Amino acid sequence: MPEPRQNPHFDDPAHSAVAATGAGGATDLAMSEGETLERDPSVVFGGRVPDGREGTGPSAKPRSLWSDAWCDLRRNPVFIVSALVILFLILISLWPSLIASGNPHSCDLAKAQQGSQPGHPFGFNGQGCDVYTRTVYGARASVTVGVCATLGVALLGSVLGGLAGFFGGAWDAALSRLTDIFFGIPVVLGGLVLLSVITSSTVWPVVGFMVLLGWPQISRIARGSVITAKQNDYVQAARALGASSSRMLLRHIAPNAVAPVIVVATIALGTYISLEATLSFLGVGLKPPTVSWGIDISSASPYVRNAPHMLLWPAGALAITVLAFIMLGDAVRDALDPKLR
Amino acid sequence: MGRYVIRRLLQMIPVFLGATLLIFLMVNVMGDPIAGLCGERRCDPATAAQLRKEFGLDMPVWQQYLTYMGNVFTGDFGTAFNGQQVTELMGEAFPVTIRLTLVAIVFEIVIGIVLGVVTGLRRGRPVDSGVLLLTLVVISVPTFVTGLLLQLLLGYKWDVIDPSVSTDARLDELIVPGLVLASVSLAYVTRLTRTSIAENTRADYVRTAKAKGLPRSRVIRRHLLRNSLIPVVTFIGTDIGALMGGAIVTERIFNIHGVGYQLYQGILRQNTQTVVGFVSVLVIVFLVANLLVDLLYAVLDPRIRYA
Amino acid sequence: MRGATHAKWAACAAAVVLATAACGGGSDSGGSGADGIISSSWGDPQNPLEPANTNEVQGGKVLDMIFRGLKQYDPRTGEAKDMVAEKIETSDSVNFTVTVKPGWKFSNGEPVTAESFVDAWNYGAHVKNNQRNAYFFGYIDGYDEVHPEEGEARADTLSGLKVTGERTFTVKLSQKFSTWPETLGYAAFSPLPRAFFDDHDAWLAKPVGNGPYSIDSYAKGSQMSLRRWDGYTGPDKAQNGGIDLKVYTDNNTAYTDLIAGNLDLVDDVPASQLGNVQADLGDRYINSPAGILQTLAFPFYDKEWNTPDGAKLRTGLSMAINRKQITDTIFQQTRTPAKDWTSPVLGEEGGYDPTLCGQACEYDPTRAKKLIAEAGGLPGGRITISYNADTGSHKDWVDAVCNSIKNALGNDRACVGNPIGTFADFRNQITQSKMSGPFRAGWQMDYPLIQNFLQPLYYTNASSNDGKWSNKKFDGLIDRANAESDPAQAVETFKEAERVVRDEMAAIPLWYQNGSAGYSERISNLALNPFSVPVYNEIKVD
Repeated sequence: MPEPRQNPHFDDPAHSAVAATGAGGATDLAMSEGETLERDPSVVFGGRVPDGREGTGPSAKPRSLWSDAWCDLRRNPVFIVSALVILFLILISLWPSLIASGNPHSCDLAKAQQGSQPGHPFGFNGQGCDVYTRTVYGARASVTVGVCATLGVALLGSVLGGLAGFFGGAWDAALSRLTDIFFGIPVVLGGLVLLSVITSSTVWPVVGFMVLLGWPQISRIARGSVITAKQNDYVQAARALGASSSRMLLRHIAPNAVAPVIVVATIALGTYISLEATLSFLGVGLKPPTVSWGIDISSASPYVRNAPHMLLWPAGALAITVLAFIMLGDAVRDALDPKLR
Repeated sequence: MGRYVIRRLLQMIPVFLGATLLIFLMVNVMGDPIAGLCGERRCDPATAAQLRKEFGLDMPVWQQYLTYMGNVFTGDFGTAFNGQQVTELMGEAFPVTIRLTLVAIVFEIVIGIVLGVVTGLRRGRPVDSGVLLLTLVVISVPTFVTGLLLQLLLGYKWDVIDPSVSTDARLDELIVPGLVLASVSLAYVTRLTRTSIAENTRADYVRTAKAKGLPRSRVIRRHLLRNSLIPVVTFIGTDIGALMGGAIVTERIFNIHGVGYQLYQGILRQNTQTVVGFVSVLVIVFLVANLLVDLLYAVLDPRIRYA
Repeated sequence: MRGATHAKWAACAAAVVLATAACGGGSDSGGSGADGIISSSWGDPQNPLEPANTNEVQGGKVLDMIFRGLKQYDPRTGEAKDMVAEKIETSDSVNFTVTVKPGWKFSNGEPVTAESFVDAWNYGAHVKNNQRNAYFFGYIDGYDEVHPEEGEARADTLSGLKVTGERTFTVKLSQKFSTWPETLGYAAFSPLPRAFFDDHDAWLAKPVGNGPYSIDSYAKGSQMSLRRWDGYTGPDKAQNGGIDLKVYTDNNTAYTDLIAGNLDLVDDVPASQLGNVQADLGDRYINSPAGILQTLAFPFYDKEWNTPDGAKLRTGLSMAINRKQITDTIFQQTRTPAKDWTSPVLGEEGGYDPTLCGQACEYDPTRAKKLIAEAGGLPGGRITISYNADTGSHKDWVDAVCNSIKNALGNDRACVGNPIGTFADFRNQITQSKMSGPFRAGWQMDYPLIQNFLQPLYYTNASSNDGKWSNKKFDGLIDRANAESDPAQAVETFKEAERVVRDEMAAIPLWYQNGSAGYSERISNLALNPFSVPVYNEIKVD
């Protein structure tokens, strides 16, 4: 391993004249991060493990990176709005009857595809069920699948990918080749084989399946970011100062490598909700009579020429959910970036 | 570097064997495909037995796998249920799919990165919010609907393209399908680029480069973009699989007889030979793509070295 | 949102510039009038294109164009008329003498002789050729020898077939079957040229037959070009220059191609577009009855479905289904509520009887609820309707049927759809008797005879008796009807058997399926035959 001081790396070798400044700045950063770190329980990502107070730096500043982040977040309107939206989604997932009095299973074919009318603001779907009621009741299954699958994928993927990227060598080779095999499994085949044997009518087999097939992507993203982040001067500096692997990984690399994982995970959340519909279509996803946005979106899709309202509302609900999580992810990422202070 | 590449190429052998075995077993677990060949009636037992023998399904699974792999090494990937050689099917499907994937990746790179840079540099401005809205539309409206509407508008209402792609599947016919196929990935690429750019604009080397008086475009291209591309390149590397093997919806809408479509048909008809053949080739594609991505890391960030 | 639109249009503008070469639009297939070429949507046949090996409609289309058998079904009435046969005579409904008309040729110049038929049938019946439709030859004496239930064949040829002259052969059946000659219009009974046996692979790559068209080129998976065969001497010469069958991955794409003017004929209009055909095509859309009946079958091997009160339960379910509303809303009238267990294409003389099911097929929620309650309620409190999810859009109507039952019974847990991933898996579960509730059953007739709607489906252990229903009275009536030498009397006896099916409600008839097709302004005189296949040779190009 090259010694950082003697070999001041800079991102662009053509401009090594300014290297000293760059390396110096990065070292400052590393020092300030070496302060007492506290894990804020309200912020959860993949790749981080609770960590005690074992700061080595000067204890002049009372607050850690994570508690700084929390202070930032509380004052960030974007965070507050997205958190409120997510709370609302959780609320209607738990008690859909709070805002919808109808029964999502009562359908009258005579009203199929009809538009908005009094008492039924969103109109009716192809089976004559009330679109509003179904959109509200669909939140439970869709939000559960989306959030749980995303959390699972992000945790598993970033832990495995992060380790592969950090340690390299045989670890990396084994894990990366395993991801290659997983990439090779077609979703349709995987679904038909793995889910058709399960008779449970809960959302968990579907969540488990998505985690199983979804982790390789996040894992590769995390691996790529960790490979980049571990080249940073402050990491090299920490290593030169004798920091342990786990310390470097958790304190220095993870906060700097987590951004791409957050971005991919927040978008994947939306695609998992849609993927659930594909699985249901194959007869291996959520079993009827479960109501979900994915199922309603996919059954409305062929009729988009005639009755776009059937698609619009569940798709709109999905869009708002994804938006809330993207904004949340953005706010968290900003709060974690000390350069923005 | 050379030794690293050779080592990676050697690693392909166990992955290839593992993947084929896994897929082979998975298709087998799905059950007996013969019942699906006789329409809405029971296959008469003699014909069913004869068909099983013809497709080699009367042997134990391990023997089927060994026979199959033996044949693969002589270049024989078996036959589909309609009597067509799998190699012939692959010869028709892969060139089309590769062209479609290339078009989609070009869209991802060009549109995705440009939008990502623009929004990353102008965070919070109207253009940023506009692109965010577009992202939401792309994620929440199924590809099926986007494809269908584009096909109706461009192919029927305004008559600027043919609604379906011809058998030759020329590059110019694949532009709209490629865009539809790339749409969800575009959302990922745009937001990944945006985040990286936003993160790196405040990095010291960018500040330094600006302070030195370098032109803004040069700072963006040489310093900012180059260092922001690693997550994007990683993502595109992982996306190749989804684009090549999972383009079922796009291929169906635009009548493209590509890999996704053939693979889907093979799975539904439980044709081991088609599925394993196609997936084997796809796995090789992933391996090569991931190798290229890893090599690109070293190009984008010279501090990363492989030994 | 606006930004989104801009980006898209920018990309499309690029597409426009690059695509100008491809944007000819319209049909580039040349010619008009009698030489005009028609482009038509197609799906890739699942099995090799041999006559006795084709059991689905896509391969059937081709066989319909390149083969003519002893009999041909009239596209409009479904009546079996002599085509290559000069006469088929019998005195005892067991022994038949077939005389082939002189002058018929295959498009490669070979004459069509008695041997062309006998060789083809022997090929189709023999177990080693694993032809999917081998069972069609099951009525011919000696079938058990060439196609035993298991093991090797004990004979090379059917003992019931004898060539007695260049144009005559005799057929001996293994049982009395007075209407057997009427089954001979089915493609499996087509004659085959020597070329088929001499170089089988070459024949498969480009099949040769004796019909009004010959195959010009065949690119598997993408297109088949058929051209009018000018040497054809039959009475139904092609009225156009030829047909290009184009393989589509999706019928919706074919439909869009049709309305954009790139395709002349789509014979499978997707359900989601049925609401638009009036606006898109005006009167260039036909919707005519076909010999297809959709039913719900029951697992009679399951004790819960085979109780003494079972008939009441099944009749109650039948009366809980609002067929009219579902066919109007979900199918946009491309299905007609079923009133018996046959099909309107048979005609009333053929055995179709719109009064046969009567009350039991009418929507009557009150009586439905009462009947089901009398039968002790639904087994397990609710029913599941199984269907295969991979082909056809069955989900929509299964959900609608379930909703209808739920509403009729006033119980929103009474019924639920159960999609099964693949057709093969669905068929496996059926043939291995693993169903635990009603399941989708569809029957497309092989030939327009009432016998074909009853015997294969409800006779004890028949090949499509998926529910394993068994009724001695029904079996006896079928045997009697088959032996009847007077066709009208035979039909009456078959109807009597059908009444047994009704009383026991062996399967719930849902609706008769229509064939639907849309076509371009270039062509006219389009009709669909009772098998929902376009009558290609009659289409005229303007």
